[in-house]
Amino acid sequence: MIQLTLVIQTDLSNDAQMLATTPILQADQLVKCYGEFTALDGLTFSLAPGESLGLLGVNGAGKTTAMNLLLGLTTPTSGQVRIFGLDFWKHRIEILRQINFSSAYTALPSNLLVWQNLTVFAKLYGVKNFKQKIDSLLEMLDITHLRKSVTGKLSAGESTRVNLAKSLLNDPRILLLDEPTASLDPDIADRVRKLLRKLQKENGLSILYTSHNMRDIEEVCDRLIFLHGGKVLAEGTPGDVHERFNRSSLEDLFIGVARGEVEAIGIQ
Amino acid sequence: MPFSINTVSALVLRYVYLYTRHPVRFVELIFWPLVDLFVWGFLTIYLQKQSTVEFPTSLSFLIGGMILWDVLFRSQQGVAISFLEDVWTRNLLNIFVAPVRTVEYVAATCLVGVLRVSVTLLVLTVVGALAYGFQISALGFSLLPFFGNLMLFGWFLGMISTALILRWGQAAESLAWAVPFFIQPFAAVFYPLSVLPVWLQPLANALPCTPIFEGMRAVLAGQAIPWSLIQQALILNSIWGAVATWFFAANLRHVRKTGLLVKVATQ
Repeated sequence: MIQLTLVIQTDLSNDAQMLATTPILQADQLVKCYGEFTALDGLTFSLAPGESLGLLGVNGAGKTTAMNLLLGLTTPTSGQVRIFGLDFWKHRIEILRQINFSSAYTALPSNLLVWQNLTVFAKLYGVKNFKQKIDSLLEMLDITHLRKSVTGKLSAGESTRVNLAKSLLNDPRILLLDEPTASLDPDIADRVRKLLRKLQKENGLSILYTSHNMRDIEEVCDRLIFLHGGKVLAEGTPGDVHERFNRSSLEDLFIGVARGEVEAIGIQ
Repeated sequence: MPFSINTVSALVLRYVYLYTRHPVRFVELIFWPLVDLFVWGFLTIYLQKQSTVEFPTSLSFLIGGMILWDVLFRSQQGVAISFLEDVWTRNLLNIFVAPVRTVEYVAATCLVGVLRVSVTLLVLTVVGALAYGFQISALGFSLLPFFGNLMLFGWFLGMISTALILRWGQAAESLAWAVPFFIQPFAAVFYPLSVLPVWLQPLANALPCTPIFEGMRAVLAGQAIPWSLIQQALILNSIWGAVATWFFAANLRHVRKTGLLVKVATQ
C-alpha cells in the first residue's frame, strides 16, 4: 500500500531549520476511540521549539481530542505523547509545570477577583515573585484596570485576556490554545493574535493553536495540520495548503472539506 | 508519592478567598445546623416534659448526636462541594491541566471540609451550651478520636460522591448532598443501634460512624471511654478508605478514558 505524506514547504530555510531541531512535542500514532467511533486515527506530528502550529478541521475532525490527549485530559487508545523528550504519562506533573492552556470553553472561577484567580494559579504553578509577575502580565495585556474586577463580570475580550494572563503565569515553554479568539470582536482578536506572535518571537514560545478562524491560523501559525475524520488531510504552511487543493483560500478549502467537495487525497 | 503542600494550600486559598468575598456563604454553614438544633432540641424538651419516664440524658444524646453528625456531614460536603464549585465555574479543566496531583486535590478538599466543620462546630457548641446547657467537653478525651473518625468517614463519603458525579455528570450532583443521608437512618446517630431491626444491624455495624455514635452515648451516660468502639471505627475506616480510594481512582481513570471528564467539566 502506498502512503502519501503531504508536507508542503515553501520557506525551506526557516522550516527546515525548525524541523531539524529536536521537537519539543512529539505525538506518535495517536489513536482515540470512543466505543465504535474513532476520533483520532494514527495522528503523528511534532512541534518544534519556538514554532506555532495550527490544528484546523471541521467539527468532529479531532482537533479538541488531540488537544485533550496532549493535556492529559483523555488517555489515548494507543500511541504516545512525548513533551520535552519525556513520556507524558510518566512525567505528567513535571511537564504540566512547563506548559499552559487557555480555552474559550473554560473559565476562571467567576466569583473571585481577577488578582485572586491569578494568585491561586500562580501558586499552583509554583511561580516565584508572583505579585510582580501578575502585575507585569496585566500591564502587558493592557488589563491592569481589571485587577480588582470580579472575573464573572468581565466582557468576552477582557475574559480572554485574563485567561491568557493565567496561561502565561509560569512562562510556559508550550502554550496550548483552544479557539482563544472565539466570540471576540475583530479588534480584540487582532490584538490577541499580535500579542501571541510577539510572545512567540521574543520569548521563543511554542504554540499549539486550534481555531475555526482562518485569519487566526494565517496570522499566528507558521505551519498547520488540517485534520479530517481523525486523520491528517494536509500539513504545511497556511499559504500553501489551500493551493495544493486548488482552493483560493484556507477558508475556501475549509468549506470544501466541510461540504465534501474536496477529495481527501493525501490522508495518512 | 511526591506531595506538594504549596499546591494544597493554593487550592485551599481559593476557598478562603471565596468565603471572605461572599460572607453570605457562611449562612449555609450556620443556618441549617441551627435550625436542626432548635427544632430537635425543643422537640426533645417537649417529649421529656410529656413523659413520665426519667430520661435525663436524652437531650444530651440528641445534641451530641447532632454535633457529631455535622462533623461527618460537613467533612463530606467539603470534598463534594469543592469539586462541584470547580464544575459549576467551568474551572475543573484548568485544575486538571495544572501541575496538581489527584492526591493533592483530594487533600485540599478534605482540608476545606475541616474548615467548614470548624465553623459549624463552633456555632453548634456555643448555641448548644446556651440553649440547652450541653457541654461538648462532657465527651472529654474521646472527642479527638470521635471527631477524627467521623471526619475520615466524611472524607471517604465525599470521595465516593465525587466519583459518582464524575461518572454520571451533573445530573448526579444531588448526590453531593444525598449520600450522607443514605446512611443516616442506619448509623445510630440519634438512637441506639438496638432500636434498629435485627436484620438492619449488620449494615449499621459496617459503618465506621455507628460505633462512634454508640460510644458518644456511652460517654455521655457516664461510662468510660469505649476504646474498643473507637478501634472498631478505625478498622472500618481503613476498609472504607481503601474502597473509596480505589473507587475514586477507578472512576477517574474511566472518565479520562471515555472523555467524560471533559464533558463534565465543560457542561
